[in-house]
Amino acid sequence: MSTAVRTQTPSEPATGEIVLAVNNIEVIYDHVILVLKGVSLNVPRGGIVALLGANGAGKTTTLKAISNLLRAERGEVTKGSIEFAGERVDRLSPNELVRRGCIQVLEGRHCFGHLTIEENLLTGAFTRRDGNAAIKRDLEAIYEYFPRLKQRRGSMAGYTSGGEQQMCAIGRAMMSRPTMILLDEPSMGLAPQIVEEIFEIVRKLNSTEGVSLLLAEQNTNMALKYATYGYILETGRVVMDGPAQMLRKNEDVKEFYLGVSEGDRKSFRNVKSYKRRKRWLA
Amino acid sequence: MLYREAGQYKTNYAADMAIFPLREDRVGIAIIILAAYSLAFLGNSFLLQAVMIPFLVFSLAAIGLNILTGYTGLLSLGTGAFMGVGAYACYKLMTAFPGVNVIVWIFASGFFSAAVGALFGLPSLRIKGFYLAVATLAAQFFLQWCFIRIPWLVNYNVSGALDAPLRTLFGVPVVGATATPQTRYLVVLTIVILLTWIASNLVHGRIGRAWIAIRDMDLAAELMGIRPLQTKLLAFAVSSYYCGVAGALLVFLWYGGAEYDVFNINQSFFILFMVIIGGLGSLIGSFFGAALIFIMPIVLGIVLPAMLSPFGLSVGADVIEHLRFMIVGALIIFFLIVEPHGLARLWQIGKQKLLVWPFPY
Repeated sequence: MSTAVRTQTPSEPATGEIVLAVNNIEVIYDHVILVLKGVSLNVPRGGIVALLGANGAGKTTTLKAISNLLRAERGEVTKGSIEFAGERVDRLSPNELVRRGCIQVLEGRHCFGHLTIEENLLTGAFTRRDGNAAIKRDLEAIYEYFPRLKQRRGSMAGYTSGGEQQMCAIGRAMMSRPTMILLDEPSMGLAPQIVEEIFEIVRKLNSTEGVSLLLAEQNTNMALKYATYGYILETGRVVMDGPAQMLRKNEDVKEFYLGVSEGDRKSFRNVKSYKRRKRWLA
Repeated sequence: MLYREAGQYKTNYAADMAIFPLREDRVGIAIIILAAYSLAFLGNSFLLQAVMIPFLVFSLAAIGLNILTGYTGLLSLGTGAFMGVGAYACYKLMTAFPGVNVIVWIFASGFFSAAVGALFGLPSLRIKGFYLAVATLAAQFFLQWCFIRIPWLVNYNVSGALDAPLRTLFGVPVVGATATPQTRYLVVLTIVILLTWIASNLVHGRIGRAWIAIRDMDLAAELMGIRPLQTKLLAFAVSSYYCGVAGALLVFLWYGGAEYDVFNINQSFFILFMVIIGGLGSLIGSFFGAALIFIMPIVLGIVLPAMLSPFGLSVGADVIEHLRFMIVGALIIFFLIVEPHGLARLWQIGKQKLLVWPFPY
């Protein structure tokens, strides 16, 4: 099924230059556990690309492979290559990658609990060398995008709500003036309203600041609404990719990820569905 | 090819949860135990007296501390003092009831240590991490003060030292000046194997799961119905029991007599380093740690002069000693950089790799 989709559409997003290219990477944890079995994906400059899939599919691992955080978790990219802005980055340290303009927002926010919101945002400007005035300007710009953060600027990040912490984490990443953000599961544990608010802001950041986004999400519906292109991961492999609009209309995606199917309810006793599921995973 | 999971079917949960689920593991442990016992008859008295007996004693103490620090996540710096309690209790019991077999008193002395340990574990409900380590430091200083200031503990011996009176087992001297290294080694080995077996059953069972739950997330553990105070105190008691028995073995089956300063803060640190380098939360790691910290300097002391002499370098004993310290230090750093989770993790990864060999994963 996946090959069928690929033949219908160009396998990489059509528009513009590719800012991030992941070519057939394989990731092994702890020297023995194979997690990614050849994942390839492209992010065009100024695009929002969604990385979808169930728990344990390898979304976070892919993002961490790109930002070189795997070593901290005993993981290793054993095959394939990762190119950011035309240069190989697989052997760089995470901080060097931030200097080059690619930054990750970790799953679960990880704000510095004992720093205020404003101090948290300022830590994002750690790698910048363009002076305090520019940083001040950007701080104001971040507050424009996230009015809630301005209200809470003096509170300790540990005492703010989950949604505000997620906004703080995204704002903090924006403070490094990135060209590319790897956004891991921004909707985790948040109310649907807040999720929508955050996604709206992310879209605004994308269109006005021109930052490219690679978005790992469980919330397939939400992610496909905002992304331009999507990749679906299943046990460490890309099983399907295509423009977001197309994925939203695809019958398999609808049934397995969006929870809607044509007509009657499906169960595992339903042979047709079961067969399709098997073909999907193969 | 030798180490394979394939073809070993388990038909019940107990077999699946066994400590050594693989036949290869069982064969391996049997060979190790057999080799350890045959060493008593093959090894010379230097090997037994200066290497193997202390190695086993320190391993036992490291298991004790590992139960507390590695499994329950409570940092303790009172290990030396708890070992001391075991040693002094054993001495008092041995001299007060000379008719009873010494092995009984070695095991019984652990209970005194356990009681003292549980007492000093009381603050652990409120104090966590480094602050708890400082609280257990109080045990170290207070108990050491008792060892010096209470002459009753050494039966008003003017030298203030513990001495090992002659005690026999089946007519063979076990404790005292006439006991041979061979006998003492066999006794220590048997006690260590027995207690390791018990510890392994403890940490793999219900109690062990409660300890690990407290370590990994005390709040979630409490929500599961695990009583934190009782669980932590039990960890302190069991840990101190092991340390107490190790202390009694150290004085009566290795040194043959000791003074209070054997159980000083350095001893606590010594054991703590063994646990950290061997691997927190691993019984086999305790043995690895004791081997690395205790045996490696001895091996270096023998190997270094032999390595240097072919080059015509005759170096003094003091230089060898300095070199030894430097190399041991460097090796400790090296092992921790290679594997921050201790030697036990290295062992585990090695076993996993062996299972899938010759394939990489």
